[in-house]
Amino acid sequence: MLELLGRAAKGLGVLAATAALAGTIGTASAQETIKVGILHSLSGTMAISETTLKNVMLMLIEEQNKKGGLLGKKLEAVVVDPASNWPLFAEKARELITKDKVAAVFGCWTSVSRKSVLPVFKELNSILFYPVQYEGEESERNVFYTGAAPNQQAIPAVDYLAKEEKVERWVLAGTDYVYPRTTNKILEAYLKYKGVKPEDIMINYTPFGQSDWQTIVADIKKFGSAGKKTAVVSTINGDANVPFYKELANQGIKATDIPVVAFSVGEEELAGMDTKPLVGHLAAWNYFESIKTPENDAFIKQWQAFMKNPKAVTNDPMEAHYIGFNMWVQAVTKAGTTDPDKVIATLPGTKQPNLTGGVSEMLANHHITKPVYIGEIEENGQFDVVWKTENLIPGEAWSKQLEGSKDLVADWVQLNCGNYDSVKKTCLGSVTK
Amino acid sequence: MNDQASQPFSRTHCEKPKDCARTARSARRLLGYVFLLAALTFLSGVQPAAIGAASAQPASAPLAGADLAPALALLGTDSYGDTDAALGRLAVSTNTRAADIVEAIRDGRLLFDPQSKAVFLRMPDGAVTDAATGAAVGAPPAGLRPVRVNNRVRRAIDAAAGALALLSPDNQKRLAAAAAVFKSRDVSALPILDAALAKEGDPKVKTALEQARAAIIVASQSVSEPERVSAARLIAARGDQDALAILSSLPPNSPDAVKAAAADGIEAINRSLAMWAVAQNVWYGLSLGSVLLLAAIGLAITFGVMGVINMAHGEMVMLGAYTTYVVQEIIRTSAPFLFGWSLAIALPLAFLFTAIVGIIIERTVIRFLYGRPLETLLATWGISLILQQAVRSVFGPTNKEVGAPSWMSGAFDIGQMSITYNRLWIIVFSLLVFFALLLVLKRTALGLYVRAVTQNRRMAGAMGIRTGRIDALTFGLGSGIAGIAGVALSQIDNVSPNLGQGYIIDSFMVVVFGGVGNLWGTLVAAFGLGVANKLLEPFAGAVLGKILILVLIILFIQKRPRGLFALKGRAVEA
Repeated sequence: MLELLGRAAKGLGVLAATAALAGTIGTASAQETIKVGILHSLSGTMAISETTLKNVMLMLIEEQNKKGGLLGKKLEAVVVDPASNWPLFAEKARELITKDKVAAVFGCWTSVSRKSVLPVFKELNSILFYPVQYEGEESERNVFYTGAAPNQQAIPAVDYLAKEEKVERWVLAGTDYVYPRTTNKILEAYLKYKGVKPEDIMINYTPFGQSDWQTIVADIKKFGSAGKKTAVVSTINGDANVPFYKELANQGIKATDIPVVAFSVGEEELAGMDTKPLVGHLAAWNYFESIKTPENDAFIKQWQAFMKNPKAVTNDPMEAHYIGFNMWVQAVTKAGTTDPDKVIATLPGTKQPNLTGGVSEMLANHHITKPVYIGEIEENGQFDVVWKTENLIPGEAWSKQLEGSKDLVADWVQLNCGNYDSVKKTCLGSVTK
Repeated sequence: MNDQASQPFSRTHCEKPKDCARTARSARRLLGYVFLLAALTFLSGVQPAAIGAASAQPASAPLAGADLAPALALLGTDSYGDTDAALGRLAVSTNTRAADIVEAIRDGRLLFDPQSKAVFLRMPDGAVTDAATGAAVGAPPAGLRPVRVNNRVRRAIDAAAGALALLSPDNQKRLAAAAAVFKSRDVSALPILDAALAKEGDPKVKTALEQARAAIIVASQSVSEPERVSAARLIAARGDQDALAILSSLPPNSPDAVKAAAADGIEAINRSLAMWAVAQNVWYGLSLGSVLLLAAIGLAITFGVMGVINMAHGEMVMLGAYTTYVVQEIIRTSAPFLFGWSLAIALPLAFLFTAIVGIIIERTVIRFLYGRPLETLLATWGISLILQQAVRSVFGPTNKEVGAPSWMSGAFDIGQMSITYNRLWIIVFSLLVFFALLLVLKRTALGLYVRAVTQNRRMAGAMGIRTGRIDALTFGLGSGIAGIAGVALSQIDNVSPNLGQGYIIDSFMVVVFGGVGNLWGTLVAAFGLGVANKLLEPFAGAVLGKILILVLIILFIQKRPRGLFALKGRAVEA
């Protein structure tokens, strides 16, 4: 409670500064440009992850301008800082759309920030590209989800562990908020459907920024000594990961004993850790920096040059922005306008080569097709891909595992509906559970 | 329900979940038969080879690389399954090169040629040799790739390395090997294990070997029942979680006597583990308490003694952690041999740096706000935001890696309780800091002045104490101690601009609960809250546990607004 209050008040404090910043960038347009909004936290708790995404967007826009811009006009980035403050996200989104008149917005990281801006995008009819893996159970006309849906990350990871590591006992550990809770609900239903007994599933939630993991790691160790192969599926978010992995290493839990597969730990997070004791722990993503393709090599080189840092790492949400931005560019070019209605209608079906050698396609449910990779942490802080899907997996807005969501279909092309109930044959509209 | 990803076993379309489940099930059953068949053919191929290799042991010195050929052939195929199988063969190989090859796989030095499937071994000095013979290869083919390793292969490596080291002349190596075999429970290691047991002289290693042997035979069908029962008892005597794992994973078709022995063992182990768990939780509580103490002790000065509501306290901790990072970076680039001392070097620097920052803050902002708590609160809050963003601009928003010196990593066991070194040192360190601070306040001239000024400012001024200077020094002292805390916390937490935020609430909680202005109160409150939190956590969970503690503190403060150890007498009003 206190923390929340603190965060809210802190956001207010930063508001003035960021408003000034946004103003200066906004007024710099002399000739006519197409404006692109970037809505990522540059201060507060989420700055750790979102700052990189702002930079990658700036790089992509610069690159596009070098190619001659879009529809004969230059692109112009409008950067605002919602300061990890969820209500401020909505305010900033409104400012971007009404004051700066941006053609599209690329932004948000946490699900709660996305939920906070949703009504704004609906009301003002604009476009949001959301680049982060999330819990699903959503499909909005104005939002394009370029990150992974649960069936593109969580479920393949669990399948891999069950098949390759012969895991029979599962610890679902997460930070206490909507993404881990929904993902774990889906995973629990999925595991039970696969025949895992309830006593072989342990679910554990911890507060944001948990730093004392002694008891929980000891519990995991205890849970893992029941004679069955045990694994941890971690939806632990952000800062809490470092002390978690440190505690695992200190208590001597190795990946060969109890592997941890994480959905929120990428190259960027590993950069702040001593990875030697973590070798073999896993992560499931749709992109790894270590994947060798010409596109990826070029992207990494471009990124390191843009950041003027030869050690700068790339990660999955960055690729999602790369795909999303290029899809948007294609759709605008094809539609010949940045008018949101026309672009929204054009986007489904757009195909864009991703960085790992495949071609991702925007689907009618506003999710994209993605390959799934499982990587093991290496000593150098990169991931060694140990498994991947043969084909690209289409993202599913509504989980097949959850009661109440398995009958829902999202299709903005044929049905013009994000939550069509295939049993009742009606569109539920904005009445979501 | 045609979800390709979520149901890898069923690639068919099905309308209803029930249908789908049925197809999935039948498909799985079919797959199961296929796997069984494959496993049978595989086993029939492997078993004689393995046995052959084992029984060939005393016969003759092997030809150079001859018996390695089948294993090496498997290593060239770039498949985890084949690598696993190859390691199984290497584990029972009598060839002296087997251990080198296993080690090379672990280190990524075993290379293969994707075209010819030939396998090479790169020596640590970089020279490439033929894996089978060890002969140097003049011109290795281009495009050599390392044999890839995943968790499954890593487990096989551990097992193979263990089996191969069982006969090592080095006691420590044999001990480690026995532990590895205990973990892998690889039946094929049994002959070597028996050979090792027969000539083992060291009692400690002998026990470990016997336990490893028991771990294998307790689940083995081909061993007599009494022998399995005694094996179960032997394992139960270990009394730890590993023993528990082995006993509870007995094959379901084991004889009843074995099952009964295992059940007895499990019950005894569970009973003793439950007792140790209480001790373990108390230890965790003390450890959490020491962290709370470290975080709060600086605040006990600035807030407790001086009465400044210092919201930037957490940022002082953060600055201390970043000082550690900078010191380590400098050591890494210019004097790597000093790395073991990096924390000791960082301590005084962190103290000085944060103390100076604290003094600057006091002189430029806080001294104008004494006696106006609300304004102080807002001003220090603003300072905390400025400091956070400043650090973010200088160092970037991402976490920084602060290394742990070797004496701070790892753990040791007391009974069934594991104690990690970093936590132990932090407890020791927090107590040292506490008593050093107590000494400064009670036994030095500065301490005397501090107490005089905080108890009666005007009187102290009249006695010739420069109260302004003392205020600055006291605030500097509190900030400096927060900086020292940052050095310690960099070992267990993230070093990021947000580091301080996580501790500010806890710090105030401890100081207020302990009694404002009383250092002993801070000590008792920190450890009390730590232990209470950790005793609650196993029952209530981390989230609810924290809430419960907060509720308890609120209730307590209602009853005793001045905290556990309230100051009495005239000092209170000053």
